[in-house]
Amino acid sequence: MDRIKCYMGIDVGSVSTNITLIDEEDKVIDKQYLRTEGQPIESLRKGLRDIDKRIGRNIAIAGVGTTGSGRQLAAAIVGADVVKNEITAHAVASQKTIPNVRTIIEIGGQDSKIILLKNHVVHDFAMNTVCAAGTGSFLDRQAARIGIAIEDFGAYALNSQNPVRIAGRCAVFAESDMIHKQQMGHSREDIIGGLCDALVRNYLANLAKGKRLESPVVFQGGVAANTGIVRAFEKALGVEIIIPEHFDVMGAYGVALLAGENARSGEGGTCFKGFDKLNASYTTQSRECSGCSNCCEIVQITMDHDPVACWGDKCGKWSGTA
Amino acid sequence: MKITFPHIGNTYIVAKAFLDDFGSEYTIPPFNTNKTLELGSKYTAESHCLPFKLFVGNLLQAHELGADTMLITGGCGPCKLGYFGEMLKKTVSEIGIEMEIITLEVPEQGLKELAARIKKVSGTSNYLNVAKVVNSAKNVAIQLDSLERLSRIKRARQLEPRSVDKIYGSFQREVLEVKGSKEILKFIRQTERKLKKLPQNEKARPLKVGIVGEIYTTIEPYANFQLERLLGNMGVEVTRQVTVSGWIIDDMLKKALRLPLEGEDVREARAYLSGMVGGHAHHTIGNTVVHAKDGFDGVIHLYPLGCMPEIVSQSILPAVEENYQIPVMTVIRDEMTGEAGFNTRVEAFVDLIRKRREEQLNGQNKMLYGY
Repeated sequence: MDRIKCYMGIDVGSVSTNITLIDEEDKVIDKQYLRTEGQPIESLRKGLRDIDKRIGRNIAIAGVGTTGSGRQLAAAIVGADVVKNEITAHAVASQKTIPNVRTIIEIGGQDSKIILLKNHVVHDFAMNTVCAAGTGSFLDRQAARIGIAIEDFGAYALNSQNPVRIAGRCAVFAESDMIHKQQMGHSREDIIGGLCDALVRNYLANLAKGKRLESPVVFQGGVAANTGIVRAFEKALGVEIIIPEHFDVMGAYGVALLAGENARSGEGGTCFKGFDKLNASYTTQSRECSGCSNCCEIVQITMDHDPVACWGDKCGKWSGTA
Repeated sequence: MKITFPHIGNTYIVAKAFLDDFGSEYTIPPFNTNKTLELGSKYTAESHCLPFKLFVGNLLQAHELGADTMLITGGCGPCKLGYFGEMLKKTVSEIGIEMEIITLEVPEQGLKELAARIKKVSGTSNYLNVAKVVNSAKNVAIQLDSLERLSRIKRARQLEPRSVDKIYGSFQREVLEVKGSKEILKFIRQTERKLKKLPQNEKARPLKVGIVGEIYTTIEPYANFQLERLLGNMGVEVTRQVTVSGWIIDDMLKKALRLPLEGEDVREARAYLSGMVGGHAHHTIGNTVVHAKDGFDGVIHLYPLGCMPEIVSQSILPAVEENYQIPVMTVIRDEMTGEAGFNTRVEAFVDLIRKRREEQLNGQNKMLYGY
């Protein structure tokens, strides 16, 4: 049997590491959602090993793309053909699923973004700058504090009769306000419902900043699984919110699409090092360069004692060495 | 007396030429690094703006090298920059070190006071001599800015990655060993020839991006994570209208001689903001309009957190964006800003404008991009 030609997209984020495999028809044939847990290299290898074990014999990787805050690291380890920022990757994936999309709301573990499209081109975007309120990590923490599983968070919010008003400007204020409301005797449902509203208010104030959010609106990222937040968005915007099928791995999906595009447009093979390289031992070493007054923090990654990547310098003295 | 001055882009070369020509004793503080900012943040209020924190950092690092007098240029109020002199004096006495602050601008007391200040620095009261030195410092500033412009054009077209950075970087280091305006001008011309000789991609039609915003953050590479280099190495041609030489000519010389100083940018800005709110708000808005009319692909707006005039312009820029259909991205910098997030935004912005241009070339709208 012939192996299925496919493209791999890897999104190494702060909270989760996602891997998506797509075939020549841009269909998702496999996806992985793993917790990064502060060890991007380990989680990446775990995910890849798992894919290799399950379907490694039936597939041939023809292109690899990486995105997310750990995109450089992932690219160095796996061997990537495309390295793209999250914004572009998310926009590409969203457009593939809903071709006429105008607004993309993306809320992940540690950042949130808004992407506006016009005539099928990204027209404007914004990322949260100063505050993590409203991102996945904050919701995780609040769910744990109230003592419910994050998976049930949405159900609680939907049962809220009179959501309380919570100060959502900042995660710290939101938390102390929530404690205050809880001590006043409000029900858990109403507090959670109020929190969802506050986070949506915060998102719209900090990111949308009065921009017009045209329909269709797509909501993606891990937080899109939270029905409470989805309903709060629908209430605030007064439009239907579309959640794509692969909402949780859209970044990885987008960059897999880009890898496919790249492979088809160019000649030559992929830089993918292959699944068997995963068992090599990787070490990362960081130090401060003393070459000049910039005092750059240099990171060097070695695989079985061979340097594979080096970055962090401003002058290019070290980046060229691997 | 050992003089020093704060860093802002290539100004150290201008100041060096100025002080060399007078034969004054001086020391240049180390280039801005995280350490400078750390030092500065330690002795300033959290809400002070980034330029002030770096000024204080420079001051402290220069003090360690034995400097006892700091030269700064005046600001154009009514924003904080106009009070930097007074604020620095206060900070110096709070820290408890000896450092005299001399502001080179026409003060309330008139030209006589300025002359007295210059005399303190130069040790000469021969006005002709002073005028000559000021003039050659101005020429150094003009030549430096033209060298900067050349490097931006070359960087967007270089065939060998970082070849421009290599030449330009060694210029910035080696110029420290060159003495006097005459020699510095010669060295600038030498570097210019080297840059011109670099092989370039003649067919390149690079994306064009204008950088607007608060003067310090746009000019000082440390304050903007070397944005010009970052964009240039992505193959983007950068233009920045607010320059050191422009500052010296408009805000110091023309103001001192009471010459009219309204340029095209300020005229364009009046449609959006009639009154002066301080800083470079007029230039920011006006240059965005000018860049849009010149067919630029996008504009990046930079300012330090809490900069009042630029907060005003940020709220006006969406109107310019709408009227001229030019993408504008605002990035705010302070000591809490992470470089990775900054790079991601810039990279995504370049993707955005690249796609837009492709779209416009493929579609009906065949616009000419400046050339």
